[in-house]
Amino acid sequence: MRKETGSYQPYSYFQLMEISLRELLVEKGVVTEDAIAGAMAAMRERGPERGAAMVARAWLDPAYKARMLADGSRAAEELGFEVPGLRLIVVENTSDTHNVIVCTLCSCYPRMLLGLPPEWYKSRPYRSRVVREPRKVLAEFGTKIPPKVQIRVHDSNADMRYMVLPLRPAGTERWSEERLAGLVTRDCLIGVALPQIPKKPKSRKS
Amino acid sequence: MIERGHHDMGGLPAGKVRRTEHAYDDWELRVDAMMMLLIGVVGDSKRMTVDELRKNVEALAPADYDKMGYYDRWVISLTQTMIQRGVITSDDLARKLAQVQRRGLSPISRRQRTKGR
Repeated sequence: MRKETGSYQPYSYFQLMEISLRELLVEKGVVTEDAIAGAMAAMRERGPERGAAMVARAWLDPAYKARMLADGSRAAEELGFEVPGLRLIVVENTSDTHNVIVCTLCSCYPRMLLGLPPEWYKSRPYRSRVVREPRKVLAEFGTKIPPKVQIRVHDSNADMRYMVLPLRPAGTERWSEERLAGLVTRDCLIGVALPQIPKKPKSRKS
Repeated sequence: MIERGHHDMGGLPAGKVRRTEHAYDDWELRVDAMMMLLIGVVGDSKRMTVDELRKNVEALAPADYDKMGYYDRWVISLTQTMIQRGVITSDDLARKLAQVQRRGLSPISRRQRTKGR
């Protein structure tokens, strides 16, 4: 049995259920512990860097951007990121439209490209309010969208996921793809934040 | 008028978004992994569709839905789906639950909640 520091607690009812279900599925030959461990490891590896890499490529390569807006899943696969069984739709921010994503019914999220969703994305306040008062919700995230810019909210579902292509910030004209990708956080890809150039950029030695 | 389900919350009034992040516990990731395997996104153990997961989450009593954590709902829904599909029986489950419970206490890590970025 695993030893951990800290207090010992009994399993919760739901943890008991997890253990029981898993052991039954293994006993019945439906899944193996190895397959479960493998799927866990794969999920841990997925993070917003994948979406950020797609965005940086799109900022630098108009042809890639066009392909990405036409078929997000294929554009992800082009960079080696599998999006099995899902249609990925990339929505582009422009000077007059800002996009934000949600799943009002549950928690659908481009997890193959961004990793598992943050808790707030799955919470009642976000799911309820972002479709009705997106500007106000974004302001709560510290993101002020000018009144002349319209906000489009995209409600995801089980078969269709959205990801936001943010606007490339001014002042990044000669930046490398890697450096550009570094500006694109998970929250930018959800649409609750905008890429920010660090206030005091580190002096770069080339 | 069709009454909306408890999970169907788009547009309803709600409080401020609390920007919590959640470092997932191993057991939660195992539930996630089982789900990915059982819907056949990875591997060749497909036994259900993602819609069945959702249907059984949506079938939870509203009070339970609100009280339960995200993967609490998932593990209940997955188990329910496996029973409905005949992959396991409720007798199997009762026997296994009792067995696991008899093994006693074990350490679990507390959920870590950190402030959003």
